Amino acid sequence: MRLTDDEKAMLDGAEGPAVAAAMDLLVRYGEALDAERLCDTRNVAGTTTQPSPAKARLVAEGGWNRAFSVLSLDSDETLDIPDMKVPTCQLQQGFGPDSVGIAPYPREFVELQTQAEAFAGRRGVNILATCTPYQVGNLPVRGEHCAWMESSAVVYCNSVLGARTNCEGGASTGAASLTGKIPYWGNHCPENRFGTHLVRVEERVTSFLDWGLLGYFTGDLVQEGRPVVTGDLDRPDLVDLKHFGAASASSGGVEMYHIPGVTPEAPSLKEAFGGRRVPEPLVYGAAERRAVYETLNNQGTRTDVDFVLLGCPHASVDQIRAAARALEGRRLHSGTQLWIMAPRALKDVADRSGYTAVIEAAGGRVLVDSCPAMSRSAPPGTRVFATDSAKQAHYLPAILGIEAWFGTLEDCIDAAVTGRWGGELR
Amino acid sequence: MNERTLRKAAEQSPLGRSAPSAPDTPDAPDTPDAPEPFVLHGRKVVGGVVEGEALVSQETISGWGGIDPAAGTVIERRHELFGVCFTGKILVFPGAKGSSGWSGFFQTTRLMGTAPLGMIFTVNTTKSALGAVVTRVPALTDLDRDPVAAIRTGDWLRLDADAGTVEVTPRGAAPGPKV
Repeated sequence: MRLTDDEKAMLDGAEGPAVAAAMDLLVRYGEALDAERLCDTRNVAGTTTQPSPAKARLVAEGGWNRAFSVLSLDSDETLDIPDMKVPTCQLQQGFGPDSVGIAPYPREFVELQTQAEAFAGRRGVNILATCTPYQVGNLPVRGEHCAWMESSAVVYCNSVLGARTNCEGGASTGAASLTGKIPYWGNHCPENRFGTHLVRVEERVTSFLDWGLLGYFTGDLVQEGRPVVTGDLDRPDLVDLKHFGAASASSGGVEMYHIPGVTPEAPSLKEAFGGRRVPEPLVYGAAERRAVYETLNNQGTRTDVDFVLLGCPHASVDQIRAAARALEGRRLHSGTQLWIMAPRALKDVADRSGYTAVIEAAGGRVLVDSCPAMSRSAPPGTRVFATDSAKQAHYLPAILGIEAWFGTLEDCIDAAVTGRWGGELR
Repeated sequence: MNERTLRKAAEQSPLGRSAPSAPDTPDAPDTPDAPEPFVLHGRKVVGGVVEGEALVSQETISGWGGIDPAAGTVIERRHELFGVCFTGKILVFPGAKGSSGWSGFFQTTRLMGTAPLGMIFTVNTTKSALGAVVTRVPALTDLDRDPVAAIRTGDWLRLDADAGTVEVTPRGAAPGPKV
């Protein structure tokens, strides 16, 4: 791999041992990818704060400098970690203090994470604590080179924003935050951003649920491909595309898609494929829609619902408001809990706007920072859960060993109020 | 209850699953009647030389939600290697799937002493590349034959990532391929 003079200087220790370790990791990683060079980035979204047993042990051995050195820089030595060189944010993490007494989650992890936030924050990590940094202050511009983790954020960043990131990991984002560099490979290269598959929608996609179904269908078929989605589509908004991308990155590994006329790098079908031959379409019609719905709802038999989960990826303010409206004047079933996951910054807006009060008056909760899948934590005794998120319906049954129902926000709120699942595909 | 598989959507769909979008890989060699040692050539991901037994997965592997780093086992319920320990084995698999936590989970296997001995994978991505780097085990990709088809669990491997070769002695074959 070719290094520039400033990169060589960092590798040789001109900016201290932690930066040298970071550059060493980037060189090893770049060579593993067969990348020709690094590129500059001023936008890193990673994770250093989420507790784990391994991290707790490292902190006990040598403090937070040790945990960062070993896990985020892949260094054997404990190095003094300097300020982040470029803007860096913390993605979703474990449950925080607001979850105490609500989520069954180790108190020592809540405390460990609070310490981690202080360590990272002092060094310039913005504690956004969400899987949707693009909702709360980290909105990359078109063409910007980013170093992001979190598959649902990566696919949003590439596809909807037209910024450029691969699906990075803990060590590569740690190293990028101290160097402002990341391998120029994969999605950073314009020639790797054109469509590989064509999806033609013949059954009109109109709702949040529909976008999730279409995303789950698409990811399953194209896997790591770059689908171009055309046909009978209502114009999507942020929330629809957040759901679509997260679903496609759950059933498959989609990091980039195009919707001609909607997403920025696809003014037309032809441009979405970069002028190459347009492949034969994969057709999404009524039968496919039904099949995906039934797949997501083929994870349970019991209709008594203990737990309703909304906000995956983290809810927008509009989604919180929609839940509040559906709950107005109603009361949750005595055996059912409702959690809505959101970025803390947007919960503040929901509090201020009165939405949280309505949800809490009904017996529901708005929780921040995490989700049941990240923290492996649902209300005690949960056997059956319901969600409006295809991603959460995909992951949570395997992670927690529970049954799942997938439907609309209204289906989910009805289940929370009645304690029974009554959703069906309409 | 949790028996849904990703394949089900494709099975239920009139379309079925499309061809994978991964780069083309050469056809698998025919399994010889009397297995002979052979050599595959590939590209180094992480350097080093190790010798050990192959553990082959036909399915891609998840890190987060897919392995238990404390035990060194695959924990994805529907996975063909569910419950199988990869510690001390040369893991041969098509590629990495799932969460961006992949590398962190395999890094933790190193810290916990449960890491595989080496890695050989068909398709390289950021997840597998960074994962191999932080697991710090010899790793190869871009082989001249699809390793998942050519190598079988229990075969004895000499993985020389620096030279870009893996010498395969099929289980039950006469010892020692000549290179």
